[in-house]
Amino acid sequence: MGALLIRDLRLAFRAGGGFGLGLAFFLIVLMLVPFGIGPESGLLGRIAPGFLWIAALLATLLSLDRIFQLDYEDGTLDLLATSPLPLESIVLAKSIAHWLTTGLPLSLAAPLLGLLLNLPLQTLPMLAASLLIGTPALSLLGAFGAALTVGLRRGGLLLSLLVLPLYIPTLILGARVVVQTASGLEANTPLVFLSALSLFTLALIPFAAAAALRVNLR
Amino acid sequence: MSLIAKDLSISRGGIVVLEGLNFTLAPACALILKGPNGIGKTSLLRSLAGLNPVAAGHLGGVQEQAVYAGHLDGIKPQLSVLENLLFWAAVFGTSPRHEGLAQALDSFDLEQLKHRPAQFLSAGQKRRLGLARLLLAMRPIWLLDEPTISLDQASVAGFAQAVKAHLASGGMAVIASHIDLGLDAQTLDLTEFRARAETSHDPFLSADF
Repeated sequence: MGALLIRDLRLAFRAGGGFGLGLAFFLIVLMLVPFGIGPESGLLGRIAPGFLWIAALLATLLSLDRIFQLDYEDGTLDLLATSPLPLESIVLAKSIAHWLTTGLPLSLAAPLLGLLLNLPLQTLPMLAASLLIGTPALSLLGAFGAALTVGLRRGGLLLSLLVLPLYIPTLILGARVVVQTASGLEANTPLVFLSALSLFTLALIPFAAAAALRVNLR
Repeated sequence: MSLIAKDLSISRGGIVVLEGLNFTLAPACALILKGPNGIGKTSLLRSLAGLNPVAAGHLGGVQEQAVYAGHLDGIKPQLSVLENLLFWAAVFGTSPRHEGLAQALDSFDLEQLKHRPAQFLSAGQKRRLGLARLLLAMRPIWLLDEPTISLDQASVAGFAQAVKAHLASGGMAVIASHIDLGLDAQTLDLTEFRARAETSHDPFLSADF
């Protein structure tokens, strides 16, 4: 499983691997917000938590179809499925690799962009924390969608339609953490629920996605 | 340990294509699958590999014992030949210092190409890299689907040599191939097992649905 994780990371960093695409997309979308809304700093600060989280969802979505599609097209997935690795751990390794190349850099860059959107300083650590805790759920749910659509050509749009509704709970809780911190309230409750959501997907998704892959590899 | 198929039915896309298949493959033996296009050679091999569940019948001694090589080689173009092989060695739990790796590079004449990124390999070289994976898997049953496509004559001979060495060490091979590899093997003509009626197990595909 470690070998698969390392291979996926290596592929992501090499030419055409797409590392940084999600991060660059995140950056650009958030730079566009002040242009669209106008420079009124009070308003920007109020909508920033929601925008940051929505941009994170979209940036994650961008690279989801790479999780299984490339391996499916060149036959690697067939060979991995017949290898000693259980499909569940293949899903897990690929989700972790996806998170390390999208979710993690997004979470680390978010405080800087929060500053750009006039988010109060004291909320920035909480913003990073909410993204660090919530984005694994995004990668895992995305892996499930990717496993469902792996056999389809040009399945990217369908994948987005399948996955975005599943992202709603994560979005609500993640944005809630930042909003509550910004208004001086304690944010423990949404943070705990967000952690629970990530752990729940971590426990469930590898099995669900592996089942979907088994059907698609027939 | 041998490979046993009893009254096997194989389906493709929910439609049964082969039925009543019986064969036994003992260690050190090879089985060549023959038959016209579309008869179900690939579907049978995928079922033996565990990718395609069998529609009916019993299949013994295959799971976890077989390594499959299909039409696609599963090569990552951004990785070098050696990196590709080391990845598969790690997946199959073979140590990178095991003699299998040197053997794989040698048997398929990849020593010279070892540091070249796989995207700059020719079709035949890619195939050789795909087949070299078989030697790293350390599994007794090789399931090969048209393994000689895009190989030149010398490579075909080298490949036949590798299969013979594998059989000599007690391995087994099931090969779907149209060309003669010069192996001492049983041949199974799938034409006689063609499913009589195109029966479907999938209610969505049956006519009266």
